[in-house]
Amino acid sequence: MFDGLTLASLPDAAEAVRPKIRAFLADHMAGIAADTRARSWQGFDAAFSRKLGAEGFLGLTLPVEYGGQGLGPFARFVVVEELLSAGAPVAAHWIADRQSAPLLLHYGTEGQRQRHIPAICRGEQVFCIGMSEPGSGSDLASVRTRADRNADGWLLNGQKIWTTNAHYADYMIALVRTSGTGADRQAGLSQLIVDLHAPGVTIRPITDLTGDAHFAEVFFDNVQLADDALVGQEGDGWAQCTAELAFERSGPERIYSSVVLLDAWIAHLQAVGRRDADALVGRLTAELATLRAMSLACTALLTAGESPVVEASIVKDRGTGFEQELAVVIGDDLAAHPDEPVSAELWRTLAYVTHIAPSFSLRGGTREILRGIIARGMGLR
Amino acid sequence: MTTELLEPFVRMLDEIASPAAVRAVEAGGDWQAMWAAIAASGFLDALVGEDQGGSGLTLAQVEPLLQALGASAVPLPVGETMIARALLAHAGIAAPAGPVVLAATQGQPVPCALVANHALVDTGAALAVTPLSEMEVTATGVHGSLAAVLSGPAQSLALPRPGNGLRSIAAVLRACLIAGAAARVCDMAAAHAAQRVQFGKPIGKQQALQQMLSVMAEDMVACRIAAQLGCAGGLDPALTHVATAKITTSAAAPRLAASAHAVHGAIGIAEEFDLQLLTRRLHEWRLADGSEGYWSRQLGAERLGAPMSSMDFARTP
Repeated sequence: MFDGLTLASLPDAAEAVRPKIRAFLADHMAGIAADTRARSWQGFDAAFSRKLGAEGFLGLTLPVEYGGQGLGPFARFVVVEELLSAGAPVAAHWIADRQSAPLLLHYGTEGQRQRHIPAICRGEQVFCIGMSEPGSGSDLASVRTRADRNADGWLLNGQKIWTTNAHYADYMIALVRTSGTGADRQAGLSQLIVDLHAPGVTIRPITDLTGDAHFAEVFFDNVQLADDALVGQEGDGWAQCTAELAFERSGPERIYSSVVLLDAWIAHLQAVGRRDADALVGRLTAELATLRAMSLACTALLTAGESPVVEASIVKDRGTGFEQELAVVIGDDLAAHPDEPVSAELWRTLAYVTHIAPSFSLRGGTREILRGIIARGMGLR
Repeated sequence: MTTELLEPFVRMLDEIASPAAVRAVEAGGDWQAMWAAIAASGFLDALVGEDQGGSGLTLAQVEPLLQALGASAVPLPVGETMIARALLAHAGIAAPAGPVVLAATQGQPVPCALVANHALVDTGAALAVTPLSEMEVTATGVHGSLAAVLSGPAQSLALPRPGNGLRSIAAVLRACLIAGAAARVCDMAAAHAAQRVQFGKPIGKQQALQQMLSVMAEDMVACRIAAQLGCAGGLDPALTHVATAKITTSAAAPRLAASAHAVHGAIGIAEEFDLQLLTRRLHEWRLADGSEGYWSRQLGAERLGAPMSSMDFARTP
């Protein structure tokens, strides 16, 4: 069962990127507090992403002729784990680099590729993914945002919500209905590139429980899109979307979301010299090593050209469970020693991860949906 | 190369270690014929160098065979003997005939000690090949278990101790056995859920069961990859790899056993149903050669002594 997921190691060519990204991070990440770094892939810094692009750290999996590095998923794995371990603010390029550019490379027209991929590789175009709607969360096939053909291309009407970084983004790749009705389910859905600066688009950031506004609601009121806004085939949006989600679910960000907290806690234990948490540290360390090996195994499948939808769900479900557990057990360890001083920075980091942790198993497919996908892979559905 | 080896090995296990044969050995029956078939296959020297008449395979290459032993609940110390013969050959010592167990402790039960002729005993300073006839062998009295506590002086015939002791490589073996049994109980649970009908449909159609079975699959994959990580360093594995392998597999073992039984219902705990051959072993291997708690303390101490990020520690070769 799931025999394709086996131990893989990073090739030398991928490891060769590590000293370079590490040197870059040493130059650009000094002195940033842990609770800021803990935001990592929700931390938005457009200038930082453009610097990464200028140094060749974006588009690692994308072909050189489109401005990428042509190095493949293993090199991206190395850069991603270094960025996340450092807690670098990567939100400005994250979605475009991980999902949008590979999607356009695979399904887009030559014009779409030229228009977007080189700019994504430079960190200059910010993308968001328009999936959820007020009435469509996990049940994505029920989306009601609609694009109708007209003389000038497509006329878009409807609403998206919980869209990560929509208020910072230049473009959205939206899953919308282009034919039929909700009763047709997956049939009649298409993906469209929406210029978020176009007339008729209204974006309202939504503040979350940590005080950040990392997601937004987006309204489309008779937004006129050109004919070539369509990505891939009309009516194939569901299949394209599913393939894209394998990119979103399989990366190492699904194991490292809380790693800044883990490192801050371990530094605290080392500083106070307390040794009654050895077993807990060891257990968490082993789980991280296992998850990293599982994520690498998934990366090997991506490298082989496969779309590891079920395997990625396995890694994401287990990985997000670990990310969520960290906040719980670290909080217990610290407060189990009520007279031991804890820095305000560590306390804020703990609180941030504790509060944002529920999102880990919501974004990119909920825990319950992923387990349904795994069950289907086991032949149960 | 590994696939070429694995198929005949599994075919042999299917022939000689059927569930009925496993039960017969557990009931105190004769195991010499089963052992003779394994010995005749040549697989016992898989890890011995080619210049010494073995196959010269690495532990990573042999790992699928160790998993197969776990999946078949083989009631003899085959993996232990493979490891012992390799360590002995490396030290230039002729291996004794018959099964050898790995005795890293004299305090708690050693799996398969009731069906072995020798023990490789870790004295703390060296490893000593000792006939079990010269040791005190105390059966546990646990139903169906072939484990026993071994005590007494080790024989003087000694070979160098691996840097991390015998418990490390023994723990890696347990991790592989657990990974193999994990795969088998997952297959059994998924198959049972697909065919057992309640409330007019297969129970596997119930979301509650699907959620439980998908977590089993996650644990199973984690066990496989952690066991492979444990085997990556050969016969003297680094603490980080051993601990990761044994912590992950030992922590998963009781969850997998519990879920497999939950899916099967009452029939799963019946003696005549094969599931118990695997779940009893999952628990025994979890406790053998250090549980997740033991290795967590070891790994935690190492981690807290290392001034580096968790990511760097996790990728330490």
